[in-house]
Amino acid sequence: MQLITTLLAVTLSAGTSLLYATIGEIYTERSGILNLGVEGMMMMGALSAFAVSFYTGSLFLSLIVAMLVGGSLALLHAFLSISMRANQVVSGLSITLFGTGLASYLGQRLGPESNGFNLAGMTASNFQKIQIPFLGDIPILAAFFNQDVLTYMLFLIVPLSWYFMYRTKHGLSLRSVGENPRTASAMGISVAKVRYLYTVIGGMLVGLGGAHLTLAYTPGWSENVTGGRGWIVIALVIFAGWNPSRAVFGAVLFGGINAIQFRLQAAGTMIPASFLNMAPYVVTVVVLALMTIIGKKKKGKYSSPSALGNAFSIEDK
Amino acid sequence: MRIVLEKREARSKTVTVLVPIISFVVSLMLGSIVLGLSGANPLSTYGFMFKGAFGTWIDFTETLVKAIPLLLTGLGVALAFKLRFWNIGAEGQFIWGAIGTSWVMVFWNFLPLPLLLPIGLVMGMVAGAMWAGIPAILKANWGVDETLTTLMLNYVAILFAEYLYYGPWRDPDGFGFPGTKRFPQEGWLPRFAGRAHYGLFLALAIAILLWFLLSKTRWGFEIKMIGKNQKAARCLGVSIEKSIVVTLLISGALAGLAGATEVAGISHRLQKGIDMGYGYTAIIIAWMAQLNPLACILVSILMAGLLVGGDQLQMMVGLPSSMGLVIQGLLLFPLLAGSVFTEYRLKIVRKVEA
Repeated sequence: MQLITTLLAVTLSAGTSLLYATIGEIYTERSGILNLGVEGMMMMGALSAFAVSFYTGSLFLSLIVAMLVGGSLALLHAFLSISMRANQVVSGLSITLFGTGLASYLGQRLGPESNGFNLAGMTASNFQKIQIPFLGDIPILAAFFNQDVLTYMLFLIVPLSWYFMYRTKHGLSLRSVGENPRTASAMGISVAKVRYLYTVIGGMLVGLGGAHLTLAYTPGWSENVTGGRGWIVIALVIFAGWNPSRAVFGAVLFGGINAIQFRLQAAGTMIPASFLNMAPYVVTVVVLALMTIIGKKKKGKYSSPSALGNAFSIEDK
Repeated sequence: MRIVLEKREARSKTVTVLVPIISFVVSLMLGSIVLGLSGANPLSTYGFMFKGAFGTWIDFTETLVKAIPLLLTGLGVALAFKLRFWNIGAEGQFIWGAIGTSWVMVFWNFLPLPLLLPIGLVMGMVAGAMWAGIPAILKANWGVDETLTTLMLNYVAILFAEYLYYGPWRDPDGFGFPGTKRFPQEGWLPRFAGRAHYGLFLALAIAILLWFLLSKTRWGFEIKMIGKNQKAARCLGVSIEKSIVVTLLISGALAGLAGATEVAGISHRLQKGIDMGYGYTAIIIAWMAQLNPLACILVSILMAGLLVGGDQLQMMVGLPSSMGLVIQGLLLFPLLAGSVFTEYRLKIVRKVEA
């Protein structure tokens, strides 16, 4: 029982950064913009949050900066793909290449002189687990109530996001812009404005996901802190069928894989570490393939926003 | 008064050539902001980078050493991108190329020594093609998103290589060094200057061949057709599924060959550090070169220069070598923003018509 509770607690903690970023990318893709820059934005969010915490000690400020950094990179993507009609795949890729490169550079440049300007190996103030009285003592359930603030915030963000997207007027216009921008435009919605807005909001959430990595999940900065999580997020959006509440299952699944990996490594199994580390990537490919094949048969429920990845302009015929 | 984009009647040739050049200059300017903010003098830093990459003949041969794998992976990526197949798995295909070649070099003792190199290189190409074949088949048959599958397989490839050189393939006499036994000398790809090996001429020949195939043959025409308009291509009787798989096998084979020449020409063993990120730089090269194989030659030398110059920075002024990566990352932004002007022009509208 104790083992299950611990595993579940690690799963939720590992899944937190994934869930922030997944919900962020769902907002973005729902508006019709595909942002493959998640890995880069997450990396920059992780770096900037850690750097700010290291120098100021303020966790609140760290989160604000991580959101601003994620949001600015997303704004760049929005400008390129909405205003300049650039290819969204390549634009997103370049955000990732630039973000990872810049984070690696800054990580070796922003540190204290005593450490050769390196941020790696430094410690900064980070988020502690807070046990909720009473609820935190019940077996199994305790896993949910021994988490850090960022994980607790998700208990609100997930249902609110679902409610916003499916039950409010703004959510409806967000979805209509992604499904049929021409009709949305005819109804008086500014397609470009909506797309800019949700791309930036998406980037801010991705930045928060990055911050959770360096300030809570594995406190400290290292150059491969994201380890492809940004790409797994792109897959999680598809698994979730672009629905924020379903995103929880994907994040828990992948968080769980991480937790089991840790557990097995600590226990010293016969399986080589390389194969254990492959698990999340192999599972992503397999699940993605299965989802696509099944999705073809049950059309509708899991399909992507129709206008995803396409530029839109009223002047186009 | 407002500014709108108006579609040009035809793609502007001048703009197509000008945009990458201006982009390069703009990205250097943006890079100087990063340098300035992190407390370095941009001008002297760029001077060091340029001297480090092109200053002396020996420096230039080092730039060529990096240009070889960059050109080969860049060609592979450009070919796939022509189809609008977003192969971002050149890194993994490169690693599999290195694995395939190393397998032949280290374990195929029964081969006559002169055959080691040719068979080794072919095996590298086969391994790279195989790794690209998985996402290609998934995409062609079931429409599985290729950006994700190709990227995920990069991580699987590097972890598998890690397993090999830390595990069963580790040199028993290597004092624990994570790498295979050294290849027999007969299997090495000969060098012509410094560490620069004959893989360069192989890569150049392939670039020219690919340019010819793409611009002068029916196969090339079909690829362009599928990239531009899948429906029209299907109407003309082109088998899109077959084209995707065949083209991606070639794309993967090129990245595989890059990995093969890297181990056969430079490291002479499969070892830690084989994942040098060439497969990601290849994406920038392909796009900078506007997917033109001949332009890839020039761009890959330029990109190699940025990487070598970045390494020199670390040695000479103690700036992180990733500055080269930052500038590379910056390159695509002005390029993407500028590309719109090949098909559109800015127009100032004085009055909005009612």
